[in-house]
Amino acid sequence: MSIMTEFTRRDRVFEFLAPTQSPVDVRHGPILYLEDVTVSFDGFKAINNLNLTIDDGELRCIIGPNGAGKTTMMDIITGKTRPDTGSVWFGSRHNLLNMNEPEIATLGIGRKFQKPTVFEALTVFENLELSMAADKRVFPTLTAALTGEHQDRIDEVLDIIGLSDLRERLAGILSHGQKQWLEIGMLLMQKPRLLLVDEPVAGMTEQEMERTAELLTGLAGKQSVVVVEHDMGFVRSIARKVTVLHQGSVLAEGSMDQVSADPDVVKVYLGEDD
Amino acid sequence: MTQSTNYGQSWLTRPFTERSTQIFLAVLLGAVALVTFLNLTMPEDSALHVSTYTVTLMGKYLCYALLAVAVDLVWGYLGILSLGHGAFFALGGYAMGMYLMRQIGDRGVYGNPELPDFMVFLNWQELPWYWYGFDMAWFAFLMVLLAPGILAFIFGYLAFRSRVTGVYLSIITQALTFALMLAFFRNEMGFGGNNGLTDFMDILGFDLRTDGARLGLFVASGIALAIGYLICRAIVGSKLGRVSVACRDAEARTRFIGYRVERIQLFVFVVSAMLAGVAGALYVPQVGIINPSEFSPLFSIEVVVWVALGGRATLYGAVIGALIVNYAKTVFTGVMPDAWLFALGALFVLVTVFLPKGIAGLLAGLTQKKASTDKSVAGTAQEAGV
Ligand SMILES: Nc1ncnc2c1ncn2[C@@H]1O[C@H](COP(=O)(O)OP(=O)(O)O)[C@@H](O)[C@H]1O
Ligand SMILES: [Mg+2]
Repeated sequence: MSIMTEFTRRDRVFEFLAPTQSPVDVRHGPILYLEDVTVSFDGFKAINNLNLTIDDGELRCIIGPNGAGKTTMMDIITGKTRPDTGSVWFGSRHNLLNMNEPEIATLGIGRKFQKPTVFEALTVFENLELSMAADKRVFPTLTAALTGEHQDRIDEVLDIIGLSDLRERLAGILSHGQKQWLEIGMLLMQKPRLLLVDEPVAGMTEQEMERTAELLTGLAGKQSVVVVEHDMGFVRSIARKVTVLHQGSVLAEGSMDQVSADPDVVKVYLGEDD
Repeated sequence: MTQSTNYGQSWLTRPFTERSTQIFLAVLLGAVALVTFLNLTMPEDSALHVSTYTVTLMGKYLCYALLAVAVDLVWGYLGILSLGHGAFFALGGYAMGMYLMRQIGDRGVYGNPELPDFMVFLNWQELPWYWYGFDMAWFAFLMVLLAPGILAFIFGYLAFRSRVTGVYLSIITQALTFALMLAFFRNEMGFGGNNGLTDFMDILGFDLRTDGARLGLFVASGIALAIGYLICRAIVGSKLGRVSVACRDAEARTRFIGYRVERIQLFVFVVSAMLAGVAGALYVPQVGIINPSEFSPLFSIEVVVWVALGGRATLYGAVIGALIVNYAKTVFTGVMPDAWLFALGALFVLVTVFLPKGIAGLLAGLTQKKASTDKSVAGTAQEAGV
């Protein structure tokens, strides 16, 4: 009998139909929390006892020489790579190690790849449309019709990334820099809490770099942003707090001036600083 | 495709407002109506008369065209190069063949009201369980959809869940159709072995050997192609269609923005397999036989060649490719039967080199000279690659 009443209750949906995701809880501090994370590939420790904390609304730069494990770290946060040991928490409620890639994405972690990947055969507008936060299951996607509200959201993001005039163009014909911005726009469409941006200015012109710096600093506060970057000049122009990664663990952390005065950092970057 | 899409419209009504779909439907249904009219009204000695033989031949081409559309849906828009769609076509054909066999009743050579001739010949005493129900048209027609659909579901579920894509997937689809061919060759399977199912008599009470039934099957094939095309256009023009293209070009990215790529692949693959099954089911009564050679790996590859020639990711290109290649095949095999495979191979190479976007690409190139911006999905579809 109690089972029957359970099934006939109208005030709520069945347990298995209810959305399993609850909002991210940042009341107890950081939005992202990595503790003692280690990953090895064939015995080589790409990430070695990494500890990292990102506060809500923060803009953080991660720097480090090639092969330091920056991309691997992002792979771990987004569920692409599973660490051997350690824990990764999003807010104080979500253990990311128990979730797969789409679940993590839906939870509010957006990632920009090192190599820009936009959908080249679709228009700029369509790239943003697909990225929009929505019910992404098969049938809702099949029957989806764009509302005025969606349209406004897309227009808003087009404006932020400065591609309003190119909305009807195929993404494949955009310049390298424009593709990077489009990709950031695609992340914004998902209304993420945390943005992971991998080497956004690689291959950009000075002007494009400035534009990107404006874009990223404009985003911070509304969402947390983690930027991995090689280019010291660029990092200096946006960063409030910098983490230096070396051989899979944190070498130094602090303001740009602090870390660039750190003797260990100087040693790692000797001859590499440009 | 060149006009801008109405993103706010319902997915069901959108195809009817697309210019390319309107033109396609007008040409297709117009041609079917014209052929029907000429077949029925013109005297046999008139130059304008279309013989029933020709009508059936065209009906066969239309079935191939529907199969090509099904292949283009998964290959052109989803990037899954299926080299095994012949298997779904053949399964639909066998489901129809089983119905037609049961319709023969006691009019077979052995006069057994229950068992088809080949079973009597094999000394079988009773109908295998999987032949039950095929004496009822509704059940058989349901199986035309379900048999290919369920096979595609199981196959796709396993393949896409393990993220098998690209060349590997193509190879397993070949293996799938090859395995089914070997299985259907066996007499113990209960599908007529080597000889398959044949000597059909009537369908839904109409004698298959009459001109009327043949014309009816031709018209049905035309309508099936029109509906199949509309279904594919509805999918392709929807947000799901754009997500499919996204899966095709950047699968990992699509996953990161929150889509379950394997479910999208599974859905489109199953729809495509069902369309292939319908094509096979309409094909069988027109050619009068279904045997394991339809499962031949070579046949599935030929279908992909039709689509490549016609132009990938346009749907109408698949139709054009299927019609042209099969017409050429009919002409060619009449003149030089042994040379056909070489001719097909040569045609394929020539088109790949000189017309990488197929015949549809050529047509689009002609019409787009006027249009300044191109937002055709086919425009940048990855060429002939997997
Ligand atoms: N899938 C993998 N298999 C083996 N080694 C890997 C793999 N991914 C990364 N590595 C290695 O881990 C190290 C860190 O790589 P990565 O995270 O890409 O560095 P970064 O982005 O900081 O340049 C490199 O030495 C790289 O060769
Ligand atoms: Mg890297």
